[in-house]
Amino acid sequence: MKQRTSTLLAVAALTAAFAAHAQQPAKKTAPPAKAAAPAKSAITEEFEKFREVLEEDNPAELFEAKGEDIWKNRKGPDGGSMAQCDLGLGAGVVKGAYVQMPRWFADAGQVMDAERRVVHCMMKYLGYKEADIRKQPFSNVNKTPDHVSVITYVAAQSRNMKIAAPQKHPKEKEAYNVGKEIFAFRGGPYDFSCATCHGADGMRIRTQDLPNLRKPDQAIRAYQGWPGYRMTGGFMLTQQWRMNDCFRQQRFPEPSYLSDSVTALLAYMTVTANGQVYKGPGIKR
Amino acid sequence: MDALRRTLLKGAGATGAIAAAMAAGVLRPSQVLAADINRAAFEAKDIAGALKAAGATNVADSTAIAIKAPDIAENGAVVPIEISSSLPNTVSLSVLVDKNPFPLTSSFEFANGAVPEMSLRVKMGQTAMVEALARTADGKHFIAKKEVKVTVGGCGG
Amino acid sequence: MADPMKIRAQMKGDVADIRVLMSHAMETGQRKDGAGNTVPAHFIQSITVDVGGKRVLQGQTGPAVSRNPVFGFKVKGAKAGDKVVINWVDNKGDKRTDEATIG
Repeated sequence: MKQRTSTLLAVAALTAAFAAHAQQPAKKTAPPAKAAAPAKSAITEEFEKFREVLEEDNPAELFEAKGEDIWKNRKGPDGGSMAQCDLGLGAGVVKGAYVQMPRWFADAGQVMDAERRVVHCMMKYLGYKEADIRKQPFSNVNKTPDHVSVITYVAAQSRNMKIAAPQKHPKEKEAYNVGKEIFAFRGGPYDFSCATCHGADGMRIRTQDLPNLRKPDQAIRAYQGWPGYRMTGGFMLTQQWRMNDCFRQQRFPEPSYLSDSVTALLAYMTVTANGQVYKGPGIKR
Repeated sequence: MDALRRTLLKGAGATGAIAAAMAAGVLRPSQVLAADINRAAFEAKDIAGALKAAGATNVADSTAIAIKAPDIAENGAVVPIEISSSLPNTVSLSVLVDKNPFPLTSSFEFANGAVPEMSLRVKMGQTAMVEALARTADGKHFIAKKEVKVTVGGCGG
Repeated sequence: MADPMKIRAQMKGDVADIRVLMSHAMETGQRKDGAGNTVPAHFIQSITVDVGGKRVLQGQTGPAVSRNPVFGFKVKGAKAGDKVVINWVDNKGDKRTDEATIG
């Protein structure tokens, strides 16, 4: 019962946010075209041939190295370090932690996705200020924020491991359910939902095939894409960025950085991908 | 090392351009030593100019040079290219993109066991021919080409 | 201060397979920033590779090499344990040298 209430609250919050946008002229856009055949398009096959080459030497590793350096060597003003950071498997344990988030963190009284947890630790132990992080939460061509490098390192430490986001704590289940609901929630000037593009097989936007995030073997594609090295611009972008950008592309109001709704969406996507093997960090168009 | 150095300073225009740049105060001598290369070829705005500045004349087409590159690049900012030469005594390989503002992207000299084979990633502003230029120890030049379609340009933003 | 390179060097048969990732903006000099000002060209223009104390590769590069460059090449006659020393210099005189050992 309680769970249902908070689901409704989250949806209500989004609905309220839309009201503010309702006066925007509603441009009609066709939903993404269905690929002609269920088979992969020739263009996708051509991209995939070279994807392996690109993945083999992924510049994400440069950011991973920077993140590792911060994790292992950076000291906070009070002498704190990331060795004190518990990503869910105990203080300082990085190996395998990424694929087991989002999870409930009692010390924070919240379900946190990996990015949220890393930022939490960097503020708590290394003295990073929330206001500074919020000033530029995502990378751009001029700067990749430290927390993005650390997230890249943490993600890389789960490479080739099975995704196993927990669903034991009631709040973890709640996050999944809220995420599932937001995923399917239609609105905005385009009357879009996440599911419009990511809720069925064989969808694509221009040359890009879109994964059906309701299926484990496709949810993994989105999951391991980010954090990813973005070829356009040449910098690292994270899951939080990807979710924000989906809101933007749907002409929804964008959630503030590290908001509950994004953690919920990530919980839904990650739990859907449970059991799949993580091969990230990614390299994306 | 001598062979490498000779090659690099080969083009007659090269030393002239560097001297001019130094005179103009653009390059400090230390940079010239560090770079030690013919930059004029990199500033040429078309293939013919780049080849000329690189000292490549009478360039013959060759099937002994292989170019591995996508038919369609997913992103022009990062186009993976692999070039190799089975021409005996290949001493250098260069990669050019004909429609780029400056076609010469890079040039590599091989010595002491390095195989004439190179993989790298280049920017392509639009659909263009990727050209691989090989030079053999006897100073001859050979070239091969492959078209790469670009869906999103890689220059600028 | 430039960030370290990431070098991988592995024997595959009698040939050393060497790959390097470099952290560099590789600005073309054609890009405009948010304020509409042209971002000056800034790119690696010279690369050298020594294996076991011998110069095996000398590269010259321009701004059309992708941001955060990746290079792969092969060296015959190298052996496990040989030291690989890679150096780059850019058009502003910034430089970086990193080492790895062939595995």
